[in-house]
Amino acid sequence: MKILVAVKRVVDYNVKVRVKSDNSGVDIANVKMSMNPFDEIAVEEAVRLKEAGIVTEIIVVSAGPTQCQETLRTALAIGADRAILVESDADLQPLAVAKILKALTDKEQAQMVILGKQAIDDDSNQTGQMLAALLDIPQATFASKVVIAEGKATVTREVDGGLETIALTLPAVITTDLRLNEPRYVTLPNIMKAKKKTLESVKPEELGVDIAPRLKTLKVEEPPKRTAGVMVADVAALVEKLKNEAKVI
Amino acid sequence: MAALISLVIAEHDNQSLKATTLNAVAAALQISSEVDILVAGNGADGVAQAAGQIAGVRKVIQVDSPALADQLAEPLAAQILSIAKNYSHILAPATANGKNVLPRVAAKLDVAQLSDITRVVSPDTFERPIYAGNAIATVQSADSIKVITVRTTGFDPVAATGGLATIEKQSGDAAASNTSSSSFVGRELTKSDRPELTAAKIIVSGGRGLGSGEKYQEVVVPLADALGAALGASRAAVDAGYVPNDYQVGQTGKIVAPQLYVAVGISGAIQHLAGMKDSKVIVAINKDPEAPIFSVADYGLVADLFTAVPELTKALS
Repeated sequence: MKILVAVKRVVDYNVKVRVKSDNSGVDIANVKMSMNPFDEIAVEEAVRLKEAGIVTEIIVVSAGPTQCQETLRTALAIGADRAILVESDADLQPLAVAKILKALTDKEQAQMVILGKQAIDDDSNQTGQMLAALLDIPQATFASKVVIAEGKATVTREVDGGLETIALTLPAVITTDLRLNEPRYVTLPNIMKAKKKTLESVKPEELGVDIAPRLKTLKVEEPPKRTAGVMVADVAALVEKLKNEAKVI
Repeated sequence: MAALISLVIAEHDNQSLKATTLNAVAAALQISSEVDILVAGNGADGVAQAAGQIAGVRKVIQVDSPALADQLAEPLAAQILSIAKNYSHILAPATANGKNVLPRVAAKLDVAQLSDITRVVSPDTFERPIYAGNAIATVQSADSIKVITVRTTGFDPVAATGGLATIEKQSGDAAASNTSSSSFVGRELTKSDRPELTAAKIIVSGGRGLGSGEKYQEVVVPLADALGAALGASRAAVDAGYVPNDYQVGQTGKIVAPQLYVAVGISGAIQHLAGMKDSKVIVAINKDPEAPIFSVADYGLVADLFTAVPELTKALS
């Protein structure tokens, strides 16, 4: 079974971004970029399925600028077999990315697509669901456990009240939550090996996909700042403040 | 311009209407005065009755079908799509369910989705947090139908009563014909008599500083009992297995904004702050005076939580 994994290059999760002074966006020049953490979990899950003998080939895809090659190389070092970069400097919104991934899923005849549930830059949480809709196949979002057997994926999902389990007929789309697995560290030999793996580059127009953005960002601003509070000396002082100043208890 | 009519997808479990629906209706009423609610479920008469009483709602569309019993994305999206063209805006609270189903609806309509809006600027322009809430983007949609999830903390709920909506029953055929590819297996919900995390007035949250699940039970739970509070946790505490996943507050967990948020042994990673920094009053108890949680706390107490928290519990009991 062939599996497609989508990865996004984002500002590293440890970086606290700053809003540009002209309010046109956030300043991402010279900040550390990494693979979206949820996508790293997706790559790891695919590799584990391959190690278990369920998956035969892992194709990792990223859409974005040339630098996404680094992200793809990381995925190859974790254990993906080959990579496709859909190269574009345009503002690629979730619907456009879903259309790109649909074209590639069709082309590669992948039986499963795994992606992160959400990218930590735009926090949209849409692409996997949109891809499933465009392919007209079932979806399991926020996965914390995936079992593949007899043409079905049985997926445990993190939902508001706890966990729920659903069964999907393959092909299907799965999006990962935090506790699906703990991605392995990439080792130097695997980084070297990854350099020899195929990394193909295509343009969105070669896939016949309309990537025109639908949403226009008018401005980006700093959130309202919380004013620093006070330190209290002890529990008695805290109780006094909560009762008489904040009046919340 | 076409008429502005909004459809809100009710959040429910077939038994009761969830309070998050009221926040989504509040957002919808800021867009248009005409707001309908879809109650798509199975045997959800009580939910439809409750939805009909929500202040400001015009009509409740009730669809009952076994295919909708478990809110699976495929049949639910199909059901929403069967009436989508009647609306200019389709909204749902940004809950696990809303996030699961609405992008599927948007893609089928070939429109963008606006996720987690926190403010309605105009019927086509909205504010939404990006980068874990470290920036607020104002975005405008050019699509004919706006598909929106609503961050519930951004909108005060409308009144649950006082409305006089009609209830219209519709067929569940659309859902029933979309059930072949997915099926429900089981559910393992955290049992609790406490208020729900996203609707609670007071939340007590524990972090890795507690050291174990036993200590969470010993230290955090009694304080929550004394305050009548919901229980929350940092990602670190959930990952370490102290508490179930649905306790997680943060960028990718639950977003909360209670009257009082008490953070116990939580250092305050940006991903956690993203989920609670809009709380009215924040109390942080941590032994590390440098912990970032103190930068957002109204009242900070640098202390050993194992002595300070029981003392606080006693003072409040």
